[in-house]
Amino acid sequence: MAGSPLVHARGLVKEFGRLVAVDGIDFDVQRGEAFGFLGPNGAGKTSTMRIVGCISPPTAGTLRVLDLDPVADGARIRAKLGVVPQQDTLDSELTVRENILIYGRYFGLARADLREKAAQLLDFVQLSERADDPVEPLSGGMKRRLTIARSLVNDPQVLLLDEPTTGLDPQARHLVWDRLFRLKQQGASLILTTHYMDEAEQLCDRLVVMDNGKIVAEGSPLELIRRYSTREVVELRFADRPPEPAELRVDGLVDRIESLPDRILIYTEDGDHVATALHERGLETSSVLVRRSTLEDVFLHLTGRSLVD
Amino acid sequence: MSAIAAVTAGGARFLLERNLMVYRRIWLVIFSGFFEPLFYLFSMGFGLGHFVGHVNGISYASFIAPALLASSAMNGAIYDATNVFWKLRYAKVYDAILSTPVGPADVAVGESVWAVFRGLIYSFGFLIVIAALGLVHSWWALLALPAAALIGSAFAGLGVAAMTYFRSWQDFELLALVQLPMFLFSTTFYPITVYPHAIQWIVRVTPLYHAIQLLRTLILGSPGLPQLGDAAYLAVLAAVGIVIATRRIHRQLLS
Ligand SMILES: Nc1ncnc2c1ncn2[C@@H]1O[C@H](COP(=O)(O)OP(=O)(O)OP(=O)(O)O)[C@@H](O)[C@H]1O
Ligand SMILES: [Mg+2]
Repeated sequence: MAGSPLVHARGLVKEFGRLVAVDGIDFDVQRGEAFGFLGPNGAGKTSTMRIVGCISPPTAGTLRVLDLDPVADGARIRAKLGVVPQQDTLDSELTVRENILIYGRYFGLARADLREKAAQLLDFVQLSERADDPVEPLSGGMKRRLTIARSLVNDPQVLLLDEPTTGLDPQARHLVWDRLFRLKQQGASLILTTHYMDEAEQLCDRLVVMDNGKIVAEGSPLELIRRYSTREVVELRFADRPPEPAELRVDGLVDRIESLPDRILIYTEDGDHVATALHERGLETSSVLVRRSTLEDVFLHLTGRSLVD
Repeated sequence: MSAIAAVTAGGARFLLERNLMVYRRIWLVIFSGFFEPLFYLFSMGFGLGHFVGHVNGISYASFIAPALLASSAMNGAIYDATNVFWKLRYAKVYDAILSTPVGPADVAVGESVWAVFRGLIYSFGFLIVIAALGLVHSWWALLALPAAALIGSAFAGLGVAAMTYFRSWQDFELLALVQLPMFLFSTTFYPITVYPHAIQWIVRVTPLYHAIQLLRTLILGSPGLPQLGDAAYLAVLAAVGIVIATRRIHRQLLS
């Protein structure tokens, strides 16, 4: 058991009619790992998560989840998963607490145990005070937290989180990150999707970058940045027409230049040096920012597009 | 492991539990359906019956009471099945449920059984009322409640299956267009002999006709072999409804 991966996928394909949502992807998720799918809208992240969650059969390919076959043993696998879907599916006819109670019942858990469990989970996501309120008037962030609490009711071995913090304010997002981090420390494995590079960098031990249904890169956040980007980036913004990229080449120091609609990115090992050199040449900019490379830059390099459009 | 065993032994009951949780707060709503057959009984059975006199040798009220019981079992089951549309398309109740070990068959069976339960509350109340009014003529009527459950199952199964085909609220007009004529023309208010031969055959195909035949013969005390056919017909419809609903829910939510 110990050696086999939690999720093992080879040549996974998902088609919807003529549309290929997932186009032959291979990946393994190890036990205790936090594994991320990073990619823009329509990349195939949700489609992949639904397949792993055994609520959507793959069109082709091999898949093992927890050493079981999702098509034959879907119910047995789902019994051990915790699922946070992209869109909240809370039961609007029930209260906050009842949502957790009944969800636990769907897993066949005893009612007596669930009372205490629900109280613990609501405390964990800081919703105890709303326990007996209806679900509908909760804020978006509260609903998300309730969905996360609900997904933990069966003490899942694996958590599938589809964009867990999209739409949350920074404070709520940090609370969620903190909770997920704690779960991971307690030994849970996390599989999550996101289009926030900071989220991926914060939470993921390893991630794959998806685009158009394909995996275009794989590694730890740091590895990916080392492999596909330079150490630093100089971001230039211009009041009027930007210069031609060729004019920005500071001899020998510039690795790559990307022109985006609103700015130009210069990839280099020494950002300060490049910025100073450009300044000395008398380049007219409205702002200059030197920063470290992020996953956003990796994505831009790999696909020629930015992550959040 | 035991959790999994408990679930495969019938996740349907968790849907009943869920609905019970919801209705615990709004239980008064349940009683709304109780009065409809009573209104018909008093206005038609006694009011109109005053002018009609006897049908097939019994009072008009005695004649229509079993039929009203059958149609209330039908309406109760269909009424509740329509909630399934909302849960399926808007509330996403089943999307959440299907990500647990509970499966599409559990959903179809659970919702049907719940609809039958609810219909049975009305049937039971109405049966007591007509017994008190002296409109029950035989001990066979003891079987009326199980028969009402069977009738409820047929319409609940078909109702839940129909909901998986509905696209918008407009489709409910279509449902009314089927339900109301069936209620009026399936020998609820007069014997089938009123119709010319060709029409009789159309009436015989409707599920409500068989439901009425079953209850009328039981309550008036003259069930015979044909009633086994009525019961079988309703049982087949219930099974077909559940199978279709299961497959459709599977196809729509687990794609
Ligand atoms: N049930 C479905 N029927 C038809 N097409 C679908 C279905 N689900 C997804 N698709 C298509 O598959 C492609 C991938 O969608 P998916 O939801 O997996 O992307 P995603 O990476 O999760 O995107 P987002 O970041 O917007 O959530 C899209 O083109 C989408 O339109
Ligand atoms: Mg998605």
